[in-house]
Amino acid sequence: MHNEFFLKDVAGFLGGYYTFIALVNGVAALILWRKQGRTGWAVTWAGFAVAMMILAAMAIQGSASMVPALPQGVRSLVNALSGPVLYTLGTTGLFILLFVFRKFFVQPMVAWTILNAMLLLMGLSMADENFAAIVMKPDNVPIVGLVFLLAFFTWLATKQAVVNDERAAQGLPPMEKVNDEKVLVWPDLVYTELICMVAVSALLLFWAIFLPAPLEEPASSVKTPNPSKAPWYFLGLQEMLVYFDPWYAGVVLPSLVIFGLMAMPYLDFNKEGNGYYSIANRKFAYLSYQFGFFVLWITLIILGTFLRGPNWNFFGPFEFWTPYKVEVLNNVDLNQMFWVNLMNRPLPRAPQDAGALTQVGTILLREAPGLLALGAYLVLLPPLMAVTVFRSYFAKMGFIRYMIMANLMLLMLTLPIKMILRWTFNLKYIVSIPELSLNF
Amino acid sequence: MAIGETIRNSQIWKSIFRHPMPLDRRNRIVVMLTNFFLHLHPVSIKKQGIALSFTWCMGGVTFFLFLVETVTGVLLMFYYRPTLEWAFNDILALRDVTSLGILRELHRWGAHAMVITTWLHMYRVFLTGSYKPPREFNWVVGVILLLLTLLLSFTGYLLPWDQLAIWAITVGSNMARATPFLGYEGPGQQLLTIGGIDMITDASDARFGLLGARFVGEETLNRFYVLHCIAIPLAVALLLAIHFWRVRKDGGISGPL
Repeated sequence: MHNEFFLKDVAGFLGGYYTFIALVNGVAALILWRKQGRTGWAVTWAGFAVAMMILAAMAIQGSASMVPALPQGVRSLVNALSGPVLYTLGTTGLFILLFVFRKFFVQPMVAWTILNAMLLLMGLSMADENFAAIVMKPDNVPIVGLVFLLAFFTWLATKQAVVNDERAAQGLPPMEKVNDEKVLVWPDLVYTELICMVAVSALLLFWAIFLPAPLEEPASSVKTPNPSKAPWYFLGLQEMLVYFDPWYAGVVLPSLVIFGLMAMPYLDFNKEGNGYYSIANRKFAYLSYQFGFFVLWITLIILGTFLRGPNWNFFGPFEFWTPYKVEVLNNVDLNQMFWVNLMNRPLPRAPQDAGALTQVGTILLREAPGLLALGAYLVLLPPLMAVTVFRSYFAKMGFIRYMIMANLMLLMLTLPIKMILRWTFNLKYIVSIPELSLNF
Repeated sequence: MAIGETIRNSQIWKSIFRHPMPLDRRNRIVVMLTNFFLHLHPVSIKKQGIALSFTWCMGGVTFFLFLVETVTGVLLMFYYRPTLEWAFNDILALRDVTSLGILRELHRWGAHAMVITTWLHMYRVFLTGSYKPPREFNWVVGVILLLLTLLLSFTGYLLPWDQLAIWAITVGSNMARATPFLGYEGPGQQLLTIGGIDMITDASDARFGLLGARFVGEETLNRFYVLHCIAIPLAVALLLAIHFWRVRKDGGISGPL
């Protein structure tokens, strides 16, 4: 059977992978036992290490049926449940959960448990042919690395921020202030830099030796691959094409991201949290950045890379990427919803021989619902927010800075809003003026 | 030991290194002030500012990866010709024939890693609030460097001239076709007509400027090659210099005020 060959191929990798997890947990157990005297946790991770060794043995013993994998039922369930809606809501929910309960999640043993769970799930999933086919594509490997690196560094930063926030609440300076004695750059910094260089070189050499760079068939402008994907770091943008036309998803939004990032230091008037990890005293800036970075950039890249297959259809993590999957697209424009469905009349249309002014007027009338909604969103909301939720911000920022901040925020939120409208009402375009290729 | 002593006392050694070995406190200060490569650093620094848990060394790693890309990139240029006839075959030969067969791997994985470390560096700078005054402008320089890093990676993606390369660039550059007013499928381009003649066509729009043609072809390969090997690296090198210089001028590695 096809699957059997695959499992024999992947068995060696999995054997090494589980052995690695076992080793890391063995070391962790040793440190906890000898250095920290936390025997209970030490026994737990030693036990986990033994379990991983058993999984490693099962993976490499030669019989494909013994390779540890998620039960087929679980995989089918995950495939059946997953979709763009659940994925996006799930990652957003996870983001909120991690933020609200950050004091719980930063505890080393909680973080370690989560890391092990992630590694174990990854290993069990790798025994699935469809999952491995996508994840092991050479250019997709960096994204797996990115996920683990981001998780680790977010933990590291949040841990320090939680400590600093607690200290601030007690009126103490941040930890960074406590250690502000001066040291000589030689040797303290130059040696650190040297060690980092050696470590990065070693990692890069290891990576380069064990993972060949991809090289497909020679370029052919007549054979379009399905799916055709941009380089992985642009797949978040490509995913946005599901919800917006290219002029907005591919040109305007990326430009706004760059502009917004550049404008950030001039918009953030908060003097707290300069030069040390903290969250509590800069919640608005923190949450805005994290929402943009995690939910709207990183998770969309993961979605675009691992879960979008032929015809940009959504596929579950363990699903085969068949080009024959058909998804019904019955999206409707807002003008249709308003004039046809609600008012029960045809779309306004100018007579063939009408003058330019009549034509423009007809377009404006046809798109009135969308234009009014958009106008209210971009023109009415900023002043409305200035006198309500952002009252103190407006007072501190002044008119111009506040307007730039408010508009950047609102434009960023067009993406999640459009997503939700698509999922709930099958809304295609809010404003649709094909006469000017202007669809929004 | 005696040999080392002799070498360090020789005229040649002394003519190269303007300072004695940094073994005592005085010479550890002297070395930072008199060595070209080290003078980028201050002499002394706050201990928390160089803690790995604070900086993650991500800026340094990103710069190191840029150097790795430069060296491996130059070596790759020895083997690679950016023409339709040779591009793919040269890459093939690089894999199958050339000794040191992991050159392309080092370059490609180094590039992916550099994109990731740039993001992580920016993430760290945000989380520590280090973009706040007086470092606003250096953050702006950093954002431009981030953009250039992505463009470096994007232009390099095309060079192997395989299916993966041209279709990724086709998908990516198709966006330019939709640029408002300047792309021939973009909103508002219909308005740019003079005497009934369209100004923006598929042979004059933003995408054509990027690709040098109506589709990803030999002109594009040449254009991306020059951008990838010369134009963008030069811009990056200049901005890196400013970026590092501003780190020093803005008060060194950030810390609580």
